[in-house]
Formats: sequence, C-alpha cells, structure tokens
Amino acid sequence: MSYCVLRSKSAGYSYLFVPGLHKTISMSSLKMIGGVVASRRLSGKALRSQSAELSVLLAQNKFTNLRTMASKAVTMENINPNIVKLEYAVRGPLVTRAGEIEKELLKGASKPFKRVIKANIGDAHAMGQVPITFIRQVLSCVTYPENIDKSDFPEDVKQRARDILNACGGKSVGSYTMSHGIEMIRRHVAEYIERRDGHKSDWNNVVLVGGASNGIKNCLQLFINDLDGKPSGVMIPIPQYPLYSASLAEYGLEQIGYYLDEDKQWGLDSAELERSLTEGSKHCNVRAIVIINPGNPTGQVLTRENIEAIVKFASEHNLFIFADEVYQDNVYAEGSKFFSFKKVMTEMGEPYSKMELASFMSVSKGYMGECGLRGGWMELVNFDPDVKANLFKAISAMLCPSSLGQAAVDCVAKPPAPGEASYDLWLKEKTSVLQSLDKRAKMIAETFNQMEGFKCNIVQGAMYAFPQITMPPKAIEAAKQAGKAPDVFYAFQLLENTGICIVPGTGFGQRPGTYHFRTTILPQPALLQEMLDIFKGFHEKFTKEYS
Amino acid sequence: MKLEKCVTIDNVNRNLLNIRYAVRGPIVDRALQIERELAKGASKPFNRVVRANIGDCHALGQKPITFIRQVLALVSCPQLMNSPDLPADVKDRATEILQDCTQGSVGAYSPSAGLMIVRRHIVEYLEARDGVSASLEDIYLGSGASDLIKSVLTLFSGVVDGKPPAVMIPIPQYPLFSGTLAELGINQANYYLDEEDNWALQVEELERSYQEASEHSRVVALVVINPGNPTGQVLSRQNIEEIIIFAHKHNLFILADEVYQENIISKPFYSFKKVMHELGAPYSDMELASFVTCSKGWAAECGLRGAFLELTRLSPPVRSVFAASRGVMQCPTVLGQCVLDCIVRPPRRGETSFAQWREEREKIARLLAERASTAYSTFNDIPGYSCNPIEGSMFAFPQVEIPALAQEEAADLDMSPDEFYCLRLLEETGVCVVPGTGFGQRPGTFHFRTTILHSREEFQHMMESITRFHNNFLNRFS
Repeated sequence: MSYCVLRSKSAGYSYLFVPGLHKTISMSSLKMIGGVVASRRLSGKALRSQSAELSVLLAQNKFTNLRTMASKAVTMENINPNIVKLEYAVRGPLVTRAGEIEKELLKGASKPFKRVIKANIGDAHAMGQVPITFIRQVLSCVTYPENIDKSDFPEDVKQRARDILNACGGKSVGSYTMSHGIEMIRRHVAEYIERRDGHKSDWNNVVLVGGASNGIKNCLQLFINDLDGKPSGVMIPIPQYPLYSASLAEYGLEQIGYYLDEDKQWGLDSAELERSLTEGSKHCNVRAIVIINPGNPTGQVLTRENIEAIVKFASEHNLFIFADEVYQDNVYAEGSKFFSFKKVMTEMGEPYSKMELASFMSVSKGYMGECGLRGGWMELVNFDPDVKANLFKAISAMLCPSSLGQAAVDCVAKPPAPGEASYDLWLKEKTSVLQSLDKRAKMIAETFNQMEGFKCNIVQGAMYAFPQITMPPKAIEAAKQAGKAPDVFYAFQLLENTGICIVPGTGFGQRPGTYHFRTTILPQPALLQEMLDIFKGFHEKFTKEYS
Repeated sequence: MKLEKCVTIDNVNRNLLNIRYAVRGPIVDRALQIERELAKGASKPFNRVVRANIGDCHALGQKPITFIRQVLALVSCPQLMNSPDLPADVKDRATEILQDCTQGSVGAYSPSAGLMIVRRHIVEYLEARDGVSASLEDIYLGSGASDLIKSVLTLFSGVVDGKPPAVMIPIPQYPLFSGTLAELGINQANYYLDEEDNWALQVEELERSYQEASEHSRVVALVVINPGNPTGQVLSRQNIEEIIIFAHKHNLFILADEVYQENIISKPFYSFKKVMHELGAPYSDMELASFVTCSKGWAAECGLRGAFLELTRLSPPVRSVFAASRGVMQCPTVLGQCVLDCIVRPPRRGETSFAQWREEREKIARLLAERASTAYSTFNDIPGYSCNPIEGSMFAFPQVEIPALAQEEAADLDMSPDEFYCLRLLEETGVCVVPGTGFGQRPGTFHFRTTILHSREEFQHMMESITRFHNNFLNRFS
C-alpha cells in the first residue's frame, strides 16, 4: 500500500477510499488495451508482486546502476511518469485471460463451454453485424475507381465516389487531405448537424478526425496549463468511459469525478455537480466538464431538462463543455429522444448560446459500427479564434485523418436520399440494425431484472447494459482473499466458468460499495439469448456458493 | 455569469503556442487563397499554383499501384470476390487479410498493435531487408508515421532530477519533430548537418550539440532522418556507425526516421538496425525505434494513413508502458494496415499481378531519378544557387544567396529573408515551396525545400519559373 501512497503524492489524482475494503483505488488507473476496456486495482495480486519487485529494485538502487551502466536509455526511472500511470490497468488480467482461454480452446482444452463470448467491447462488426452496403460500395469505388465504370453498383454510389474523388488532390484518396478534413465532407457534416438540430452549423467549425478518441484527446490537451500554480481539472462522470481517465492521466490533468444518479436513470444531479466542483476546486482550476450522452457505460439518454440544468451549471462556473455524443443514433427507449448540447444551448439563448462546446461523433457507433475505419468528427462551437488556430496547428502536424475514414463519414453525414438508387436498401439495413439493437436492449435489461440480486436501469441508448449486482458477503470475502475487487472477482469467475467476457464496474468507476459490470448488447439475438441463459445459471450458482 | 471564453490565448496549453509546422504554414495558406482567387478569375502572371510544398505524390499525378487498390476495394466490399476483373492473387490477399479481421470485417477494431498477419509480413520484410532476425512483438502499426513518432517521443517527456528532457534533432529537420517536441514540452537540441559534406552528420558537431544541451537538460534521445528530409542525402554506412558509437557513448535512444528507405536514387540504404547488429555488442543491444510509412516509397499512399514502427530492445516494463499507451487510441485504421501488407509483401514472380506491379514500380523509380538529376543540374546552373546531389527521398533543398537589399526589405516586413523570397516566388510565379526557416538552417544561409514529384512538363515549368523569378529578383534587389 505504501506504493499507492507514494504515487498519490506524486500524481495527485483523485483516490477513493472504499469503506469496508480498506483499500485505495486510483480512479486514474483505468485504462484500455487493444480497444478493450480493462481495469486493475492497484491492490491486485499481480500488481503487489510487481510493486514489490519495483521497490526491491529501488532499494538496491538498481535502476540508477542500470543507467550509469548505459544498458538502457529509457528506464522505469526516467520514463514519462504520466505514461506509466496508464500501465497497471493494462495488464488488466480479464481481457488477456479471455484471449488465453480462446487459444486454449483452439488447442482442444476441455472447458465447461465451447467459446468465449466477447461482450466487453462496443465492436459491432466483430459481433457479426453486417456492414452497410452503401458505405462499402463507395469505399470500393474510391479506392479502385475502375469500379465506377466496371461494377454494377447503383448510380448514386458511383456519383458519391466521383464527388469524393473530385475533392481529393489528384483525384486520389492516396493524397493527403487538409488536416481538418476534406472541405466537401465538412460541409456535408455541417448540413447533417443543421438537419439534426434545426439550427445553423458553420462547416468551418467541423473538424474530421481519425476516430472520436483522437478529437477528444486533441481538445483535452488545450487545458494542460498550471494557472496560478494550480493544475487544471476536468469533471468527468462516474461511471465513465475510460478514455477520459486515461487521457487525463497522460496529460497530467486532474480528474474530478461526479457521480451519476443510478436511482434516477443515471441522470446528472445539480447538487452532485456542485459537490464535485467544490471539492475539485480545492486543489485545481476546474475548467471543463465531460458529458457522455447517450451514456457509456450507463446507457441513459439525458432529458432536455437535465441538459439545460447542466448547461446552466457549466455557464455559472465558466466551464468548457465536452459533449461525447457518439451514440446519438443509438436511442431505443420509448419516450427517450436525443437532444444535442448544441441544440439545447442554442435554444436557451444568451448567455448559454455563446458557451464553448466541443461535440464528438464517430462512424464506429450508430447503425454503421465501422470501428476499423477510424472516422469521426467534432464540432467546435464558440471557440476563441486564436485558440482554434492553435488547435488546428497542433492537428496539422499529424497531417490528416484517414481519407477512407473521411469517405465513411461522408456516407454517414449524407446518406442516400429518398428516390436515390441505394435508398431502399440503406434504409432497410439501417432500420434492421437499430430495431435489432432496440430488441436486444430491452431483452437484456428485462432478463437481468428478473435475476435475483440484479438491478438494471433501462437501456435507453448506446450499446451497453450496466447492471448492479448484489455481492454476497462471502463472495466479498473470497474476493479479498484473492486480492481482487469483488466485481473483478465476479467477472473472473464468470469468464472461467462460462466463457463470457464482460468488464467489471471498477473499470469505469462506481459508487463505493456498489458493484456493476458492463456488457454490450451487441451479440446477435440468438447468441445474446444464449449468453443471458448461461449468465443466469452462473449467477444462481455463484450466489448459492457464496451464501 | 459568463464574461469571457473559458479557453483563451492566455490560459491555453502554452506548448501549443510554440508549435510551428511550416509544411502547412502561412505560405501554404496563401497558396490556397491564390487558388481561390484564380478560380474567381483574378488576373495573375500565372494560371495555376504549382504545389511543391509537400511530399504528396498522388496529388501531383502519380498513379496508385493497381495491386494495392484492388486489394483495398475487395476487403472493403467483399461482394466483389466473384468479380472476373480482379486477379487471383488480389483475391487471395484480400481473403487472407479478412480472415485475420474479427468476423471478416475491416470494420471491426484490430488489436491496437495491428493485425497479426500484417505484422507477420512486416517481420519477413525486415528480415529480408537486413538479414537480421526481427520479432513480431517489436512491431506496432500506426495511422501514419507521425502518429508513431509522437507516441515514442511521449516516452521521454517529464522532468527527472530537476532537469527537463531534450532530444537531439538534425538541422535542417522535418518539422514534425520540432512541432511534436514543442507540444510535449521536450527541449530541442539541434545539431547541424554538414552541407559541405553532402549533409552528413559530423561527430564533432553531435558532441557540441550534446554538451551544450546537457548544461540545462537531460539529453535522452537522438533523431536521425535517413534518407534525409528535407536534405535528400543517404547516409554512408561509415557515418551510421559513427552515429551509433556516439549515441552509445552518451546512452541515447536512437529514433531512426527511415520512411524514405524505398526512395533510394543513387546510393545504397543501410538501416540503423542492420548496422547496429553488424557492429556487434554493445551496439547491438541498444534501443532503437525505426519508422516506415505507406505514404512514401513507391506506394505513396499518403491519405490512407498506414505506418509501422519497429521498436527493439526496450526494457520489458518500458515496452509494456508503450503498448499500453498505444491502446488508448483503440487501433490504427484497418485499411491503412491493408496497404502496408501489400507494401511489405508485394506480388511475387509467378503471381498474376507481378508484371504490372513491377512495371508500375519501376516507372515511379525511373521518374524520381530523372527529376532528381534535373533538379540537381538546374539548381546548380542558377547563379547564386547551390544544391547537393539528391541521393534519396523526394526533395531538393537548394541554398540560395539573397542580396542584402532583399534582406533589408524582408526585415521591414518582419519576415525572414527566405520566407520573403518564397512568398515572392509564390506571388509572382504560383510556385509554392517551403522556406528553409521551417526546417532550420545555419544562420546566414537561406534555403527552400521543393518536392521533385511533378510530371515532366509541370516540373519543367516549375524549374523555368524559379529560374526566371530568381533573375528578376536579383535585378530588383542588387
């Protein structure tokens, strides 16, 4: 534990004390590997041995010796300390273990299950979702323009491909584009936003990015600056998507957690926002707030009133708003509707309509699920022009986002219109994906709620359920013996016994003393049903065993 | 109530203010403006802008390699698998790649280090190149070399024992390095390339730079760009050996930017990995990061954003930290990874696409060599110009004498003389090149970088425009 204390001094991240566990959890030690969210408690067994090893080395002054012996130029002693903070979560054993089990199964190992079900990551195609034909046909035409003449693709596909190629240098997707993306596509995105919100969007404020994560990191880095001797802090929801905790740690920014209200469908409560801000302001300048809507991992869709309250709060405290709206097309529940922050702010009028906002969108989610193509956009609203210029400058050193990711963005921002050749098929595919997700969202929450010891909010949107589980005291004890958090312990048992891979709540953060996990709703319906049946059986057995 | 912006120039990340990236700086912006003016019918002494500011082959008319594009078309739209127009080896390759994608879709995330099959082919490529074994675990794919270079440089950030880190970079250099170092708050320790000795690295100069920087910083790494950008030299084996010995002496981590290794014009390329290996211990145990991209070489697929990094002999915990940091961004673009696969494992003799691939590749190499020699002789014929031979890469970086009168006028306009020169060149001829200031140069010398990728006719036009402009410039300012 002394290691934790040492780190908390040097790092200054928010640490939570979990009553009854006598353990300290670093909220910043959350991290993802290989696109898979994983987490690790600093108190984990493996880490203990690791830190023990480290302290022995430090005691022997080994690292210094190594350095003077000139065997390695970069050592754990002189490496960027912010990057190291990301390390421990990474060997997050759960996902690694799932990979190992898959290999064991291939080699014919005998297990109580035949396959690993990866419900840990929002990767729709990996779970068998079929790509949208229009997008893929356009991609094949822009990469190999002969297809425009030779293929029997619909005319609107060919025309789209021609339009995109005409906007590329030398009519090739192999040319660099502008750093913030192809102008035509930025205009299409602005038009998309105008249709969505019913308000003006300036294409000059739209920046295409190689995946939303990229854009989010670029905007977060604006805040790296110790003003008046205090570091900058950013408010993020708990539970949150760990890109935020990881990026804040990398940038040396303070993470100020605010809890979502599980009893109010994971809404944001103004009193809790105030509490979090007041606490954060003691040691840093709180400068921005992140909102994930629809929520990841929590699946809520914020009401308009809730968004208004958040906007007012941000305005009152002069906070910059990050609106992570990548699941804006994934809204299922009756009565739920997606409102963008931009729309609500605009309609609230001044001073709210003048607030700074960055909103993020991705082709990885929605009905398209094109994760591997790395396409997305951000809309930068009301930025100081000098700040925007400096942000663009930083982006320009990375040259440009993938032209093919941009082409996918174009297909999403300007899908086939009624009357065009691809329209019917596109609509059918889109509707079928979204309807199926809708069905799965309901199925999963209903099934969990029928299970003893489970409590699951309605999955109003996004691609995940985040149920709370009651952990029998004996299981908590057993977890402690195993050197694991109870939810991590549970997830391991689940994996080893059933092959189902989920992410424990610790990876996202949760109220002390509560236990959750995140599962995607992405397995195709038959597989999802199978998964839920297996889950039920496992949970009954687990509860019996530990009570 | 809100009075001012949350983020202003006064409270924004200061490191961002220090970034300069001339390849896309004010002169390029002005070129864009001029293009718009021309489109609106403005009257200028020229009818088009010639973009020579960026190594962007396709934008300048180079045709994509058919094999690469056919594979891309097929992996993105597998319904074409039955198309009679696509060769068998293209179908085989696409099938092989798709089998390595989860559920056979390039729309699924790949592992953050990249698809296994691509990494395996990269290992084979490196082993064939160097005759030295390579390891799958050392290969990381990225969305462009810049992405990977930034990740590696991030390792060095942070103050240790009260001293900020510094990284040695060549002057002239590719401004990605200075820009990224500024962004990360790492000090830049400059060492000058020796223009008189065809832009070689002189150990004495490396020592000077190291000692000077060590007074206030902890020098941790050395960047070498070979073949050189913007300078176009290909380092001799002996020079590489000297650099390695120097780096070893001071325990420096070597970053070898070797993205132009397939753009070799007149001199053999030796990778740092190969030379280190052949030098034997202790040099063969040194850490090394080497970068290759699909944006350069014969493929020149800049827009597709594919690159890889070979990261050798890191200490195991440092390697884990690095792998972890790459995971945050999920994965590099899968289609960019497919391009890399085609590059490191191109069609082989006997395969259907081989003949066409070889022909396309040879044509590209021939044109590059031709432009390099034309640029070299033309520039050296202009009075007041001198230009080293272009041994590799895709750039010329001539030195230009700028008359004192012109320097004064530049100072009045608050510009450096070479910026002034390049801006005038743009305004009078439409030729857009990047002033030496953007790359760094010895004080009192003036250069610019131009790409040599244009079609023969366009290249001729550019060379004539520059020659004519320079004569006028001299008349006016002397």
